[in-house]
Amino acid sequence: MPFELETAAHPESLRRVAIEPVSRVEGHGKVTLLLDDNNKVHQVRLHIVEFRGFEKFIEGRPYWEVPVMVQRLCGICPVSHHLAASKAMDQIVGATLTPTAEKIRRLMHYGQILQSHALHFFHLSSPDLLFGFGSDVATRNIVGVVAAAPEIAKKGVLLRKYGQEVIRMTSGKRVHGTGSIPGGVNKSLHAEERAALQKDIYQIVAWSRDAVQMIKGLFAQNLAAYNAFGRFDAHNMCLVRADGAMDLYHGGLRARRSDGSTLFDHFDYDHYWDVITEDVKSWSYMKFPYFNAMGNSDDGWYRVGPLTRVTQCDFIPTPLADREREEFLAFDGGNAAGATLGYHWARMIEMLHAAEAIKDLLHDDDICGSDLMAAGKRQERGVGVIEAPRGTLIHHYRVDENDQVIRANLIVSTTHNNQAMNEAIRVVARQYLDGQELTEGLLNHIEVAIRCFDPCLSCATHALGQMPLEVEIVGVGGTVLDRMMRNGDGRCARPEPQ
Amino acid sequence: MSVAPLLIFGWGNPSRGDDALGPLFIERLEAMDLPGVECLTDFQLQVEHALDLENRSRILFVDASLDGAAPFAVSPLDANRDTSFSTHAMSPAAVMQVYEELHDEAPPPCTLLAIRGERFELGEALSTNAAANLDAALAWTRRWLEAQ
Repeated sequence: MPFELETAAHPESLRRVAIEPVSRVEGHGKVTLLLDDNNKVHQVRLHIVEFRGFEKFIEGRPYWEVPVMVQRLCGICPVSHHLAASKAMDQIVGATLTPTAEKIRRLMHYGQILQSHALHFFHLSSPDLLFGFGSDVATRNIVGVVAAAPEIAKKGVLLRKYGQEVIRMTSGKRVHGTGSIPGGVNKSLHAEERAALQKDIYQIVAWSRDAVQMIKGLFAQNLAAYNAFGRFDAHNMCLVRADGAMDLYHGGLRARRSDGSTLFDHFDYDHYWDVITEDVKSWSYMKFPYFNAMGNSDDGWYRVGPLTRVTQCDFIPTPLADREREEFLAFDGGNAAGATLGYHWARMIEMLHAAEAIKDLLHDDDICGSDLMAAGKRQERGVGVIEAPRGTLIHHYRVDENDQVIRANLIVSTTHNNQAMNEAIRVVARQYLDGQELTEGLLNHIEVAIRCFDPCLSCATHALGQMPLEVEIVGVGGTVLDRMMRNGDGRCARPEPQ
Repeated sequence: MSVAPLLIFGWGNPSRGDDALGPLFIERLEAMDLPGVECLTDFQLQVEHALDLENRSRILFVDASLDGAAPFAVSPLDANRDTSFSTHAMSPAAVMQVYEELHDEAPPPCTLLAIRGERFELGEALSTNAAANLDAALAWTRRWLEAQ
């Protein structure tokens, strides 16, 4: 179904073909590059599995079920949804958490950050960084890393495993945990669980430090290329603690313009809609949030996630990670901190912070306490915000007098980063597209740009057949000029015309 | 720590229609309390699951299939590499490959049981055809286990 573009400079002359529903359900990523009259990439549209259906899935359920069921929205970061929903439901039950409850939740959250960042770096991005963006796809994967550097790969697997253990012990189960509930948690740590986690945490901190050194070294070796790759200016938004420190679990919203000036700071997220609006586009189910003060989504889009958090906080409240933050900000005159590939470095600094935070919590007796629940005056509305591994995550609910959720609104990290990802791909495509023909090299570079953000795919997890990525070029007038797909086995092919 | 010699690992999202076939398979099999069999489930396969293959004599991977044969298809697995632009999924062959490289030895023999599904939307129930396919797959598995 073709239709006119809504934002192009000359929409009457540019058209595209709508994404097909089946591809969305299958977890099939698709990138459309729209060319102008001069064969330059004018716009980019990344289509990924949409987030439609969340609200319908949640509405009508009793509020106490929500923290458990929302884990099924995403198989890769269920804990983030679990905790964001719990925070919203804390407001519904009018609770201020006990020290034990908050610390157990923080422990769970840092476990999630650790395992997610480890997976991302060692499984997804380190192959790009170790072997180069144009390297053979047969080696540019975790298996290639294992073959080339078995100790690095093994650390990645064990870091991830440790994070999973933290989650299991704090949530009660390996998957589909129920640990966090409205008003608190339903378990604290047993002494033997605490001892088991304490036993390995110093090794985990050491390996996290090694990972930061590794990405730092890679940046130093490839400085010009890393700094330039997919680089773009963006506004930023993240949570910060009252004193300006990085806080991945709770805080106020901080937004800064691309020139570094402050748009708002320590903003109470209970009224996030006063500063953020979600725009819609005709070509995507995914929304386009923007800062209200900037007027529209074309000017007011922003970036979230590790790069934003590390560069926008005033300090990181654990010493090793904060030293690394300072070095990152100063590196090459501050250039790395503005690079899209800086996401990877920032992610490793956060992994180190998570490891240090876990260590500190494991030495805090509150995590073994028995005061788990709190309650207060029942409310109709609850908003929970958390800094998930990929960025700011907002859960917003209204609950009626029958305890049923009557309205739900979720803004996930990938939605916040929607336009930022398009921008990164646009820059890369303009750098590497020559003429009207797609090449495997261009596909590689687009994949590298997408991987910086690791967009959430809503996880239709029937993984028999890995998620393919399709790139197409659409010329003036809506003609598809070329199309290329990489399948899960790494092979590139040109699919039949639709 | 000793582990059961036979691992059956089913994965999928229980709230995405027929994607629940893997977890439901595990739920039904666990209820049979079979000796020498450990059942594990997760949303999807990831690198750390290579560690779950340690000290096994055999592994059966169970997933929903979008376009495989109905009611199910069984095939031996070889370690292999796959690629993705995302962390969101990993194939069983790639998990085996990670095992092989981490341990410097071949993984235990692995078999894939792919149960045909039809609908995978969030919030959907298991389809009637998928439910029937699940029954057939469980019956086959009982016979397969007896032959081991």
